[in-house]
Amino acid sequence: MAYTKRFDGRKLDELRPIQAKVGVIPNADGSALFGQGDTIAIAAVYGPKILNPKHQQNPEKGVLRVHYNMLSFSVGERIKPGVSRRSQEISKVTEWALTPLVMLDELPGTVIDIHINILQANAGTRCAGINAAAMALAHAGIPMKEMISAVAIGSMGGTITTDISKEEEDYEEDGEKAATDIPMTFLSNSEKITLLQLDGAIPAKKLKEALEAGKEACKKINEYQKKALKEYK
Amino acid sequence: MTEKSKKEIVIPGEIIAKGDEFLPGDWTMKQGDNVVSTRLGVVEKSDKLIKVIPLSGVYIPRPGNTVIGEVKDIAVAGWMMDVGGPYSAFLPLRECPGFIETSEMENVYGIGDLLVTQIFNVGRTSVDLTMKSRERGALTKIKDGTIIKVNPHRVPRVIGKEGSMISLIKNATKTNITVGQNGIIWIKGDKIDDELFAERAIKFIVENTTADGLTEKVEKWLAENKEGGKK
Repeated sequence: MAYTKRFDGRKLDELRPIQAKVGVIPNADGSALFGQGDTIAIAAVYGPKILNPKHQQNPEKGVLRVHYNMLSFSVGERIKPGVSRRSQEISKVTEWALTPLVMLDELPGTVIDIHINILQANAGTRCAGINAAAMALAHAGIPMKEMISAVAIGSMGGTITTDISKEEEDYEEDGEKAATDIPMTFLSNSEKITLLQLDGAIPAKKLKEALEAGKEACKKINEYQKKALKEYK
Repeated sequence: MTEKSKKEIVIPGEIIAKGDEFLPGDWTMKQGDNVVSTRLGVVEKSDKLIKVIPLSGVYIPRPGNTVIGEVKDIAVAGWMMDVGGPYSAFLPLRECPGFIETSEMENVYGIGDLLVTQIFNVGRTSVDLTMKSRERGALTKIKDGTIIKVNPHRVPRVIGKEGSMISLIKNATKTNITVGQNGIIWIKGDKIDDELFAERAIKFIVENTTADGLTEKVEKWLAENKEGGKK
C-alpha cells in the first residue's frame, strides 16, 4: 500500500506548525528558539571573542565552533547526557553548513561559539538546530552573506513528503523499513545547498524531486525566520 | 510599544537596493545587481550611499570613543584591559598622565579596577587606550557610584542629540553620568536613591529606543516617577 495519507493528516508538502523566537537567552550575544511541530531547538551564540589557546587562532579569519546537544529529557526514554558519536557528527555537519555564509574574514583571530540544545525531539533535530542557529547568528550581529534554512524531506516508499515526523521516519511497508530521510539546507538568496545527507535508499530521479520539495519548504521556513527577526525590537 | 516605527529593520541577506542607484556602505555588500544587508539592523540612505546601522551584537571599538573598561592584567609597560568587543585593549604606561614608577603600577590601577578611558587607535586585532585628555578629570579611575550595562547599540539614543537626553536625566536626577560607548554607564550621585532613579530612567530609554518622540516620553516619565524615586 502506497503512502498517500500522512499520519498527522498534513498535505504532502505541508510543514509542521512552526514557532520562531529571537532573544530567548539574555546572557548570550545572540539566541533563538525554533520549533517544527514537536521538535524544539534553542541556539545561543557567544562571540566574536578571542580564541584561546592562541595556537588555535587563525590570523586570516575567524573560527566557527558548533556544539550540538540533545537534552536528556528531549526523548521518551532518557538519553545519556554528554557528547556522543552522533552529536559530534551533527555538530560537525552543522558547522560545515553554516561556515560558507558567515563572513569570517572580517573577524581574524576570533571564535564564534554556537550552542544548539534540543529541548524536545521528534525527527529533524539537526534542521531545527540549523534554523535556530541561523537566527541566533543574525541576532548576535555576526556579518552574514545571507540566511540559511533547513528541512528534512522524506521518501515514504517513493512518495516525497516534506518535514517528516518521528512516526514517518519509522514508516514500514510489508514489514520492511521504507522511509528515507534527507535533511538539506538552502541559502536564502543564492539557493545553494550547504548540507545534504541521506539515510536510506532513493533513486536519482526521486532525489531531484526531493530537492525541489526542499527548496520550496526552505523558502517558507525563511519567511518565518525573517518575521521573527524583524519582530525583535 | 504601540507606536509604529518608521525605520525598516532588515535581516542578513535581505535585498535593500536594486541596480546602481546606491553604493554599498557599512554592513552591506553587492550580490549580482543587488545591494544586500549583512547584519540585523536599520537601513539608512544618504544621497547615493546606503548603509545598515546594526541593532545588536558585541561592541565594535572605534578611535575617539570614550569607554569604561576593567583592568585585567598588568603587563611590562602597561595594563591589559577589557572594554568589550572581540579584542583585548592595551593601556600603555606612557599614555597615563604624570610619571609612574614601574613598581608602582599596581597601586595606580590594580587588577579589577574600572577606568573611564579613551580609545586612540584601533588595529586589525588590537585596541590602544589613553588616559590623557584635554578635558581635565574626564578620564579617571572609578572609585564609587553605580555601574550599569546596556546594549552598546542603544548608547546613541541614551546620549541623545549633542547630549540632550543624558543632560535631561542628569538634571532631573541630580547625578553625574558617564556613558561609555561600549554600553557601560557610570552613575554618581550624592544619594543612592538618585542613582537608582537614574538607572531606572536609562533602562526606560533602552527599552523604548525605537519609539518616536522619545525625548517627550522621557520627560513625561521623569515627571511621573519623580516622587516614586525619592521615597
